[in-house]
Amino acid sequence: MIQRPDDFAKRRAALAGLTEEQLKERFWSAAFEVVAPLVELARQHTSPSIERSVLLRMGFSSIEAKTIVELCAERGLLGKGAGHVVLKYAEARGLSIRAAGEELCSKKGWDTVQDLFQKGGLALDTPPKQED
Amino acid sequence: MTLHPNKKIDIEEVLADLEHYRPRRKGWCWREADGRKEGAFEYRQASKRLESSIPLPAARHFGGIDPQPDCVITTEIASGRFEDDIRRMRMAAWHGADHIMVIRTAGQSHYDGLIEGTPEGVGGVPISRKQLRATRKALDMIEDEVGRPINFHSYVSGVAGPEIAVLFAEEGVNGAHQDPQYNVLYRNVNMHRSFVDAAVAKAIMASAGMLQIDGAHNANATAREAFKVMPELMVQHAINCAFSESVGMQKDSICLSTVPPTAPPAPALWLDLPYAVALRKMFEGYRFRAQENTRYIESDAREATVTHVLNLLVSRLTSAHIQSTITPDEGRNVPWHYNNVAAIQTAKQALVGMDGLSELVKLDEDGPLGEKVRELMERAVLFMEEIRDSGGYFEAVSRGFFVDSGFYPERNGDGIARDPKGGVGHGTIVPRDADYLAPVCHHFGHNALPAGIERPCDLIGGCTLCDPSKIVYIDELDEQDNVRARLEPFREHKQKGLIRPEVQWYGDGMISMTMFLPVSETMAEHAAVAIAERLGLGDPEVIHKAVMHPAEGTLIELKAMVPFDIDPGSIRIPEKPRTLSEEEIRQAISRRPMHAVAATVGEDEHSVGMREIIDIKHGGLEKFGIRVTYLGTSVPVEKLVDAAIETDADAILISTIITHADIHRKNMKRLHELCVEKGIRDRLLLISGGTQVTYDMARECGMDAGFGRGTRGIDVASFLVRERESRSSGRGV
Repeated sequence: MIQRPDDFAKRRAALAGLTEEQLKERFWSAAFEVVAPLVELARQHTSPSIERSVLLRMGFSSIEAKTIVELCAERGLLGKGAGHVVLKYAEARGLSIRAAGEELCSKKGWDTVQDLFQKGGLALDTPPKQED
Repeated sequence: MTLHPNKKIDIEEVLADLEHYRPRRKGWCWREADGRKEGAFEYRQASKRLESSIPLPAARHFGGIDPQPDCVITTEIASGRFEDDIRRMRMAAWHGADHIMVIRTAGQSHYDGLIEGTPEGVGGVPISRKQLRATRKALDMIEDEVGRPINFHSYVSGVAGPEIAVLFAEEGVNGAHQDPQYNVLYRNVNMHRSFVDAAVAKAIMASAGMLQIDGAHNANATAREAFKVMPELMVQHAINCAFSESVGMQKDSICLSTVPPTAPPAPALWLDLPYAVALRKMFEGYRFRAQENTRYIESDAREATVTHVLNLLVSRLTSAHIQSTITPDEGRNVPWHYNNVAAIQTAKQALVGMDGLSELVKLDEDGPLGEKVRELMERAVLFMEEIRDSGGYFEAVSRGFFVDSGFYPERNGDGIARDPKGGVGHGTIVPRDADYLAPVCHHFGHNALPAGIERPCDLIGGCTLCDPSKIVYIDELDEQDNVRARLEPFREHKQKGLIRPEVQWYGDGMISMTMFLPVSETMAEHAAVAIAERLGLGDPEVIHKAVMHPAEGTLIELKAMVPFDIDPGSIRIPEKPRTLSEEEIRQAISRRPMHAVAATVGEDEHSVGMREIIDIKHGGLEKFGIRVTYLGTSVPVEKLVDAAIETDADAILISTIITHADIHRKNMKRLHELCVEKGIRDRLLLISGGTQVTYDMARECGMDAGFGRGTRGIDVASFLVRERESRSSGRGV
């Protein structure tokens, strides 16, 4: 950033008449405005670490989670959710979640996975609902 | 496993069966406000007392009380070996720490995934599931021993934040640093990746009731003119607070890491106090962790301690939910374990000493304090609004808004600028598709769950946060670099109970020495190393030097390795004589009265020690019926002997504090010789006492006994009675 002298006296003119409460309101209103797009970005995106965190919660080890997420990323499937990939493969093959993940880890079944997602939609009967 | 005060914590037991260990609770614990009365005093800012603890040294004058301040006290522990850190945690807990913050090993924030096993760290500990379980398990035992919950804390940052948050939630970690700005500014993690990951991590932390601490204080530790970053610190705190709340954290789980920004010789309170007040106004409802200043720590532990006491004054004049401590040796080496304890003692001592301060003094906001508070708040508002109006946070970071050394709105153009299209993890975030699904609980963001699902993890029959039996435990991945391999070389050493000094790790052999050398700084530094080498010590290194005068001399502190062990079997410990009971002494004196003459001898005006030994109110000799003629201070030995003859005394007690030119030894010998000359030595018991006196030294100088620091009246009375009885029966000692 370019250098700038301390012009506080000039800049504060708009704030001079505010009460302390008004000053705080103004600060927090600007703060929440600043973070709003960041929150929205987070809501609509995922990352390899987020997907690994999903697989950990599904009962996979850190090593298994890393492998599955890498294989998902290579196939452009992270946007579906790595946990989603395992779930859908398990349902399609009639496997437990654990067994499905182990197969995917050993690089088996990825053609099936790609077929499943090309068909689109959920493998479940019920219509999807949005949960934020 | 239960700990016993006289037994070391057994690392083998800690490491046993970790596969099945589950944390017994989750979430943060605050101290219980209780125990307001301790000994003779009422406390206004105290918490429940501990079952086991070590009080401040002066507590022996106050019945051994150990009042605990109201706020949680932090200690930061990370030597690189968690198995050694566990012992340090136990020592810290006994001195009053209930928030153990474990620093991560260098490089973990750029590690793309979880670390497993127990490899050795550098400047911190590799955080892994096994390390967390072992540490939490040890802390369970330690908190049972001291009788207060202990919060375990580490870091959810870097490019594996969400996974680490899951790991922490699963393993019962109670608090964590989480601040995406820290990644961006100091770890050069891509800014988009950092915020996307942070939202998921924070939601998971919130689900486990963890306390979140932000990373804003790092701007103070980094900026060139650190005392000018106050408006920015407020902005950084607010960005993390607002972001955290927006993703589901409760306000009272969001803690600001605040730090008094400056230190003497700056007029520290003139800057630090208005800043502390402004923060507490602007961030009402959030929690405050009062950090101590690290930016201006040099190698002088005394200077660091004074700065930290000023920081503690700011905490007491405002408020702190958590009082963090920094070891006074932070400016010279990685913290040594006894310096963790020193920092905790500093906090406890100062906080207890300032108990109730805010009821005695009021901050005057009508004067310069109020003006400065207002100015800081206004500067912070302007900063935040400029970020918003300049295109938002990412744009501001890319333009170097942060960590600029100017006092905002002044800008010096030396801030940290980061490229939104650069940094570690750039290009790794992916838009969630409309059918994106994560079948697990506490997942932040868009999640296309099927309708009718109560818990997301019902889709998979339960997630690890709901069913911990699904957690997969990995023990070790590296056969060479693990805790077993580190313990092995010292197995025999431990079994034999060999003694080697340490400051950080078991058996590191390190000692420090303090010496004054009457030469210039440069010469002193080299001469000190030569002295250590002549003493046979290894790897000597000067860790602190202070010029007393450019020509007259230099104080040196030096560390070095002791190249040998001490076998405890070779140490002769003189047996402590059993002290008679009060009743036994009273009965003996009532059967046969005893009279002693007492004085401080030579040119010595110290009287406190002798009075404590004599006075009835201190539980001294008079309490047991022993009659004492006290002649005062600076009494010549001759006068004392004459008084003993005149009063037909049974004993002469001398106090000798001054040791200049061995005057204490000379006085003892003179007393003995004079009694021999006068022919009364056999019928008199001669006793000397003083801070530098030992039993063996007194015996060498002709006394019947000598008593040093910490002696009580009953010790002397017991000796007098036993010695008299043993002489009467002709056995002697």
